[in-house]
Amino acid sequence: MLEHALKGNKKYWSWLLFLAAVILIGFYFYLKQFDYGLGITGMSRNVSWGLYIAQFTFIVGVAASAVMVVLPYYLHNYKAFGKITILGEFLAISSVIMCMMFVFVDLGQPFRVANIFLYPTVHSLMFWDVIALSGYLVLNVIITRVTLDAEHKSIAPPKWIRPVIVISIPWAVSIHTVTAFLFSGLGGRPFWLTAILAPRFLASAFSAGPALLVILCLLLKRLTKFDAGTEAIKKLGLIITYAMCANVFFILMEFFTTFYSGIPDHVAHMQYLYIGLDGKTRLVPWMWTSAFLSVLSLVFLVVPKLRNNTRMLLVTCIIVFLSIWIDKGLGLVITGFIPTPFGKIIQYWPTVPESFISVGIWAIGVFLITVFYKIALSVRREIEA
Amino acid sequence: MDKSRRNFLKIAGITALGITADKLVNIRAQQAVPKQNVKDSVASKNIIKAQKPGPAAEVRLAMVVDLRKCKQGCTKCIDACNKIHNIPDFGEPKDEIKWIWKEPYEDAFLDQENYYMKDEFKNKSVPVFCNNCDSPPCVEVCPTQATFKRDDGIVMMDWHRCIGCRYCMAACPYGSRSFNWRDPRPFIKNINPDFPTRMKGVVEKCEFCDERLSKGLLPACVEVCPEKALTFGNLNDPQADVRKLLKENFSVRRKPGLGTNPEIYYLV
Repeated sequence: MLEHALKGNKKYWSWLLFLAAVILIGFYFYLKQFDYGLGITGMSRNVSWGLYIAQFTFIVGVAASAVMVVLPYYLHNYKAFGKITILGEFLAISSVIMCMMFVFVDLGQPFRVANIFLYPTVHSLMFWDVIALSGYLVLNVIITRVTLDAEHKSIAPPKWIRPVIVISIPWAVSIHTVTAFLFSGLGGRPFWLTAILAPRFLASAFSAGPALLVILCLLLKRLTKFDAGTEAIKKLGLIITYAMCANVFFILMEFFTTFYSGIPDHVAHMQYLYIGLDGKTRLVPWMWTSAFLSVLSLVFLVVPKLRNNTRMLLVTCIIVFLSIWIDKGLGLVITGFIPTPFGKIIQYWPTVPESFISVGIWAIGVFLITVFYKIALSVRREIEA
Repeated sequence: MDKSRRNFLKIAGITALGITADKLVNIRAQQAVPKQNVKDSVASKNIIKAQKPGPAAEVRLAMVVDLRKCKQGCTKCIDACNKIHNIPDFGEPKDEIKWIWKEPYEDAFLDQENYYMKDEFKNKSVPVFCNNCDSPPCVEVCPTQATFKRDDGIVMMDWHRCIGCRYCMAACPYGSRSFNWRDPRPFIKNINPDFPTRMKGVVEKCEFCDERLSKGLLPACVEVCPEKALTFGNLNDPQADVRKLLKENFSVRRKPGLGTNPEIYYLV
């Protein structure tokens, strides 16, 4: 089955070669970071988490979103998702691997990473997040392997896989909940100290994840003979619509509580994000872009005519993905540190090495998705032939 | 956290809910035994005695900073700390490492903003360091127990175990923790051979000079302060100077509302 990854046309190989080059550049900068220390990034004593943890947070959402195809297909027997469920699961696997890499490159002493398992600490959410992510990875590897193998042999998958799939559903929810708890349990960081953070994470995940899946399916349709089917794409569009409505609603709830209560510690962070503090406005244009894109996507999603037009949906999905990437992959983590516990505004911006390392990890993710999808589609084509 | 409860929790197979339960138990335990009621069992002003392992909560080390005495522009405590602890000087704020430093009163006590304060306080710079909290959030979040609380209350760092994830820095409400963003060794002016230097990629902070306490010495900042503005001792000893100072003066702590129980008291 895996041999399918090694058979491909020129386009396939040049794409992988290109990704490999990007990965190598990222790796080169990682070696530099390894040598110099994390000081090579834009992070500082005051903004001590940056792009790496932000990307990690965003991508956990993409990983969790596989549940949006797995649940209808396996629990409700929604047949239209039959073709794309495996794509969702492979997307989850690639994303979890990216997440782990983003945490890894963020460590000051990466060789000591095993200490998390050598000294398991039940009161640390970081420990639970590692457990949740590794478990989710193992579950999805088993599920994809077994179901694809069964498909390959044209037999029904073994019965024991169903409970594994059912467990993977709440497990997907758990990875993003625990990731939210990493932040929302910290009393000293008012920006994150909100019970709605986990629901917000899930809502944004279930918008951005399926949006990426739609983009990938439509790309596959153009590049290969694979067709996810209009019904599946339309249904994904509907899922994105509900999730995005919930996401924007939750953000508005944050605004209400923060600004109506007017507690200075809480207001300050929001002010930095959307207005700027002490004339420091680095994230303001980004956040307004994100807000504008959110509203625009809602219009495009809520109107059925626009949503059910495949070309329009593709545009909408790109907008949704970008909007949430800015909100979660940039604004959310950094702003927790601005202002500092002393009320000072010390800004952050990723450096060149930091950005290339991040792009390199994304390239690894895209590389994995390419190879996994190649395998899945080749197996399917073989059966059809 | 006491051992039996930790074991109990382990056996119980802690889930995410277990974490909340642990918190509740903690809160109940604190309510059940108010710290003031702990028996007057340690009648020593002697720091060495304070170091001897005794039943938990017998010793609770704390610092009292008398802001009325602390002199503007004086940095003797900071200099002494930097020197003996091999604190590097990078010459820029981004990578900065500091265990004790001064902040304007208004910034150190952000949540106690008052109009028309005495000028003396409004412009005062306040020495700040790790509060060595009684309920330290950094210890709670550390995934490897590289930062941990001793029975006498000092929050310690194990620089050989720290993986450099900086979760503790996110959790600390006081900005007390520093990270080695790069190799600090070339930036230490005169290396003190009696104290370890750190490597890049680990977190560090004030530990109330535990290396001096174990020799029966006071923390360096306390010792060098020419105004005697810093007092250090066992808060659970009714005879201790720290207790007397707190009894006779009005004191404040930084962000007490967060439930961290900071162990640094400021007399104003």
